[in-house]
Amino acid sequence: MALTHRSSNLLRPFTTAVFSSTPSLRRPFSSSADDTTTITIETSVPFTGHKCDPPSRSVETSPKELMTFFRDMAKMRRMEIAADSLYKAKLIRGFCHLYDGQEAVAVGMEAAITKKDCIITAYRDHCIYLGRGGTLLECFSELMGRQGGCSKGKGGSMHFYKKDSGFYGGHGIVGAQVPLGCGLAFAQKYSKDETVSFALYGDGAANQGQLFEALNMAALWDLPAILVCENNHYGMGTAEWRAAKSPAYYKRGDYVPGLKVDGMDALAVKQACKFAKEHALKNGPIILEMDTYRYHGHSMSDPGSTYRTRDEISGVRQERDPVERIRKLILSHELATEKELKDIEKEVRKEVDEAIAQAKESPMPDPSELFTNVYVKGYGVEAFGADRKEVRAVLP
Amino acid sequence: MAAIFQGIGATTALSSINSLDSKRFRLSSHRLLSGGKGSFFVVRSDGRSKPGPNPRGRRPEQLITNAVATKADSSAASTTSKPGHELLLFEALREGLEEEMDRDPCVCVIGEDVGHYGGSYKVTKGLATKYGDLRVLDTPIAENSFTGMAIGAAMTGLRPIVEGMNMGFLLLAFNQISNNCGMLHYTSGGQFKIPVVIRGPGGVGRQLGAEHSQRLESYFQSIPGIQMVACSTPYNAKGLMKAAIRSENPVILFEHVLLYNLKERIPDEDYVLNLEEAEMVRPGEHITILTYSRMRYHVMQAAKTLVNKGYDPEVIDIRSLKPFDLYTIGNSVKKTHRVLIVEECMRTGGIGASLTAAISENFHDYLDAPIVCLSSQDVPTPYAGTLEDWTVVQPAQIVAAVQQLCQ
Repeated sequence: MALTHRSSNLLRPFTTAVFSSTPSLRRPFSSSADDTTTITIETSVPFTGHKCDPPSRSVETSPKELMTFFRDMAKMRRMEIAADSLYKAKLIRGFCHLYDGQEAVAVGMEAAITKKDCIITAYRDHCIYLGRGGTLLECFSELMGRQGGCSKGKGGSMHFYKKDSGFYGGHGIVGAQVPLGCGLAFAQKYSKDETVSFALYGDGAANQGQLFEALNMAALWDLPAILVCENNHYGMGTAEWRAAKSPAYYKRGDYVPGLKVDGMDALAVKQACKFAKEHALKNGPIILEMDTYRYHGHSMSDPGSTYRTRDEISGVRQERDPVERIRKLILSHELATEKELKDIEKEVRKEVDEAIAQAKESPMPDPSELFTNVYVKGYGVEAFGADRKEVRAVLP
Repeated sequence: MAAIFQGIGATTALSSINSLDSKRFRLSSHRLLSGGKGSFFVVRSDGRSKPGPNPRGRRPEQLITNAVATKADSSAASTTSKPGHELLLFEALREGLEEEMDRDPCVCVIGEDVGHYGGSYKVTKGLATKYGDLRVLDTPIAENSFTGMAIGAAMTGLRPIVEGMNMGFLLLAFNQISNNCGMLHYTSGGQFKIPVVIRGPGGVGRQLGAEHSQRLESYFQSIPGIQMVACSTPYNAKGLMKAAIRSENPVILFEHVLLYNLKERIPDEDYVLNLEEAEMVRPGEHITILTYSRMRYHVMQAAKTLVNKGYDPEVIDIRSLKPFDLYTIGNSVKKTHRVLIVEECMRTGGIGASLTAAISENFHDYLDAPIVCLSSQDVPTPYAGTLEDWTVVQPAQIVAAVQQLCQ
């Protein structure tokens, strides 16, 4: 089989990783909560533009931001791995799509935007929810179907939402979230908010017709929509070159400008999202292709190794892991010691374990919740079928 | 006034209950419903029954979910005391739309050819010049994605009205309507409201062919989380349009291609109709005929013949296709003990089928004869005029069915 056909592409560009920076202050982490220090880092891979001038490779950041990146990504990584064990312990059921490996996209995007900007994504949404301000407890409660979950236990892994910080979910049907994202952008333009919407989708969804329909409309009306293709190179079990005649997803917008970004580098993602936001507010939609990778299979029912080799997975983990990259950056700029970073990881692990323990103890939803929130109503009647009856069955 | 609901399973049979008058509430410029109209008994899943909360103590914001103003009051007003004005059904829809767009800047229209062209059935004529291109948005031919866009916009607080040029085209947007429109309020734990209105003409027209004569109410009826209404006169078209726009829930408003040029005199003052209420068209004693949309006119034509033959049919235009107004229907069944349903949906899985089941379950003891449902034939609508006439229910068939039932 031609499994090895393209796998080398995933590793090739990154053996020339170069870190360069201005000299930084030599201070241990605990006292470098200093936001004013700017560190300029060059991304290891330049951006490739389609019908636009790509932004510069030099990204400005600060020690605080790098430490936040590290902590957030470690938390996300830990949460996804914990979710893996919970799924195997049958505490999480149904579908569980894990995001580990792709954390840089979530944290990089958050660093470039505000909570007034909207993000909408598909079903691989746990980490984006966390990035938007969700708590670990809400995540695990929702995954385990408890009342305290972000969607009251009624949504599940694929339906995380956080309205107050502009996170619009969490959608199970591939590609359906992209027109919704353009609708968010339409509303932003209608209300003259000066904010943008990021509609995330995968390389599998990039072949959906509704994406191009929505893109056409967004471009026609100059909507502030940014379409982000999280290209992890596999649409469930189908490699991108087997599904798309043109896997250059950033070019598929044709008349819409595009940018190809190294999605495993949080700083590159941050730079690209900042660039995209400025572009979208002035010129309308833009496509960002994040070149990223997922270590787990498509979901927990997919081992992830039947369509790609274990060598490929471990190769990417060694060469391009986003958490390791930030760790190396922090260590090379001496913003924290090895031990401090390990301590952070331990803290994060503890946070995750505590959240899981708390979520395990939390109550299941009340049976009456079956009928709440079907309709928006203020009165006694919460749900009705064809005959307006409240209860169709008596629950045990 | 009481409503009777039978409990199921472990709950004991509940007899007359009068607890919640869920329709008695007031909007700023509207009349209060006179006399208690509807009561619902809320049966919770644990088997205990408790009355719902009194709406009079509610905050005004919550009152917008339903509409107010009785038909009886206004129709009397429109024909005797107030002058009113005469207009065609599509103009009534436009008037309702325009009034709502004036009232709330968040209301916008999205559809094909709604802007510069004025709407394929002229419902949105003149609105684009008045409100601008962003509020009356001409979309490319991409139903799936512009419905999705409308839903996404509704999630942030806008109130879009999606027009399907023909209801049949909305089949392309079924995924968005079912999954995102209907279910998002539930799967987000109540975080997002989708106050969208999806409207368009459907039904069998004048030899439009199979694909342009579809009746989508049967497909959409099981989507949880949406409401469906069908308008049939200029009066209820305007009222239902306004109620649908003001509702916080997604509402699908079914219009009919052949009814757009109906003329009627409607009141000058502002009125909004209840989305979940049926309309008593002609009170009677012998048999209850339930119908909606275009079939209302076939039924009324048959009623003339029936009256000449000595029958006294009670005709109810159910208007609300989801949920059914079992209160009005139930009262009628208890009076006449015979039910005939006349609909334009197909026989299999149509609105009539659900209504038959609902009436059987709830009012079985009151029926003296089996429920008869006259629906369209289960065939694609043919082009030939004579064949097309035979796919839908004709007045002669209605008369024959009534005579059969009333033996």
